[in-house]
Amino acid sequence: MRGKARHYASMPVSGPSIRLHDVSRHYGAIRAVDGVSLDIAAGSLVALVGLSGSGKSTLLKMINRLVEPTGGTIRIGDDPVDSVDPHVLRRRIGYVFQNIGLFPHMTIARNIAIGLELAGEKTGRDARVAELLDLVELPREMASRMPDQLSGGQQQRVGVARALATRPGLMLMDEPFGALDPVTRDNLTDQYKALHERLGLTTIIVTHDMAEALYLADRVLVMEAGQIRADATPAELVSGDVGAEAEALVSIPRAQAAHLIALGKTS
Amino acid sequence: MNAAWQQALARVPELLAAHVQLSFSALLLAMLICLPLAIWAARSPRIAAVALTVASLIQTIPGLALLALFYPLLLGVSALVGGGISAFGFLPALLALTLYALLPILRNAVTGLTGVDPAASEAADGLGMTAWQKLRHVEAPLAAPMIMAGIRTAAVWTIGAATLSTTVGQPSLGDLIFAGLQTQNWTLVLAGCLFSAALAIAVDLLLGLIERGIRERRRVLAIAGATLIAAGLLIATLPLLIARDNVVVIGAKSFSEQYILARLIGSRLEEAGYAVRYRDGLGSAVVYQALAAGDVDVYVDYSGTLWTNQMQRTDSQPKAAMLDTIAQWTSTNHGVTMLGALGFENTYAFAVRAADARTKSLATLDDLARVSSDFNFGTDVEFLERPEWQMVQDAYPIRFKNARAFNPTFMYPALKSGEVDVISAFSSDGRIAANNFVVLEDRKGAVPSYEAILLLAPERAGDDRFVAALEPLIGAITVENMREANYRVDREEDKQTPRQVARWLENNLRK
Repeated sequence: MRGKARHYASMPVSGPSIRLHDVSRHYGAIRAVDGVSLDIAAGSLVALVGLSGSGKSTLLKMINRLVEPTGGTIRIGDDPVDSVDPHVLRRRIGYVFQNIGLFPHMTIARNIAIGLELAGEKTGRDARVAELLDLVELPREMASRMPDQLSGGQQQRVGVARALATRPGLMLMDEPFGALDPVTRDNLTDQYKALHERLGLTTIIVTHDMAEALYLADRVLVMEAGQIRADATPAELVSGDVGAEAEALVSIPRAQAAHLIALGKTS
Repeated sequence: MNAAWQQALARVPELLAAHVQLSFSALLLAMLICLPLAIWAARSPRIAAVALTVASLIQTIPGLALLALFYPLLLGVSALVGGGISAFGFLPALLALTLYALLPILRNAVTGLTGVDPAASEAADGLGMTAWQKLRHVEAPLAAPMIMAGIRTAAVWTIGAATLSTTVGQPSLGDLIFAGLQTQNWTLVLAGCLFSAALAIAVDLLLGLIERGIRERRRVLAIAGATLIAAGLLIATLPLLIARDNVVVIGAKSFSEQYILARLIGSRLEEAGYAVRYRDGLGSAVVYQALAAGDVDVYVDYSGTLWTNQMQRTDSQPKAAMLDTIAQWTSTNHGVTMLGALGFENTYAFAVRAADARTKSLATLDDLARVSSDFNFGTDVEFLERPEWQMVQDAYPIRFKNARAFNPTFMYPALKSGEVDVISAFSSDGRIAANNFVVLEDRKGAVPSYEAILLLAPERAGDDRFVAALEPLIGAITVENMREANYRVDREEDKQTPRQVARWLENNLRK
């Protein structure tokens, strides 16, 4: 990222640790999340990978209580998530999801600043919006535009800026770049990784794309049938020996990479 | 511009203002009910189903019936709480129109609120909005164009249906339509229709402007529309600020004779120094109760009507004894004063074409009974339900081939053209003689006497100036003069207004 973000980076932000103990979510007889226990270190970038219906989104949404657990406890730092009202909890957590959900009746500036508006911060909103636009590499002139005047990639940059506006330490991202074209997606993935490091965030990102997870995260959790079947660093995953479910997912990008390398040699 | 239009237009400002006040109040009340209900319904599909079903059911009730239903309902409520609630005029009209406006507002608001993009809703939750903040910042603004469209539909319906409020004694542009229809004054009907249509179109355009302003996020449009509507409302409500103390309200049922007699009474009271307002086109049941409640100060009723409807009597008494009994009854039961009989009768009379009377030798109701199975019967809208019809059937074996109900205006032409063969005419109607119809004699005295009588509201009984102004009318109107007066209003050529005819009648009072 460019130097404009420097004064933001100097802000004392530090992501919290997350602890899940025996967390479940049942829908009738279906166990979407089935007794998951997990410690996530402060400042880590964790990818939750799995097929559709594996329970990864449900697990993520229980952390900001968009989904209430059927059982178990979740702590952010030392505080259980249900020790405050859901809306108070959510204001401290950045949330970015695939469908973006910009408010179509508000300008980009107001979309970005809405969290500040909710928190009752009256002063310095414009400066903060400009700062955030710089951070996600959008021109400042976009502040006065409406969401439908932006491309999909630009809209998700605004989505990230909106989530960061209140300086949360924790970011929850649910397939954030899933609907974007590969180039834009790659670009945003790179830039977000840099942002995560610079701001010292704790980030949990849900994706079904193992290649993205391997590239982005410093820890990858593989979910299936509501349980975590593999928990490893990208390097460990690629080297194999971490279970059949993980291997099934890792084998796809590995085979693609091998194919590309083979193509390169024959030409 | 001719005199008929001048006369019609003179009444427009006051009626238009009343129409606007009523429609706007009903719309506002409907919005106050619907918007919170819609917010609730948007969160609970069961509430939505119940609320929308009820609103749809109400919509299937004809407007006129809905208005009529509120009258007895409010009377009952008033009796329960010990009086003080007026079942007449503004309140029943307001409630009926409000119910009518519920469906479009509720349906659009629920559709708008439940149709909010799930992504925007998820983002609002993810950002930590409370339910109220989500409603205010996201759901309401996104649903606003849809809600506005519902309000717009409701406004047009309400303005149209408000013309019917005339029948429960609430002034509106419907007064012109009903009075015009009754006296065959098409200029009045046209004026009433044109102004209510113009009002509906204007309001629709302005609300449309606001809707567009919201939809396209062009604040100027929305503000311009709202400002113009506010200005219209302000103008319409200004008359309310001018105090109108001690105004006499004169009631009239929905036929020419009543319009004329109301103007005759009104002009005498004006001369005596009273400010006067007319409530025309009231139903028989409504007007007596309105008088008893003091909403109407004075009107003319008919002895037989009170005898059968209000007093529920089925026996008969000689004329003089009957009037005494009625005076006693109204006074003890409602404090209503019967000032006296005007001197003519307006009874139900069976009339046939002169040619039929001659060729079929019809002179009495017995003769009519003989040929009734071949005769088509034309009648006004209430006669077949009235006890008099039962009394006639009890006394004479009359069974008609079929029966059709008409507005009185169209009943006479229907007999003349042969569409029907006999009608239940009114004995003081000028159109009987003018069309050379023959009235059949009721030799058995089956139909009770229908003396026109002057009734005063309880609080006017002790008003000497009031009584003195009206006393000269007692016994002063002959049936011949009343027929002539009615004919002058009802005839096709050289029609006169009820006010003009009242002046003529005043000059021809029996001294």
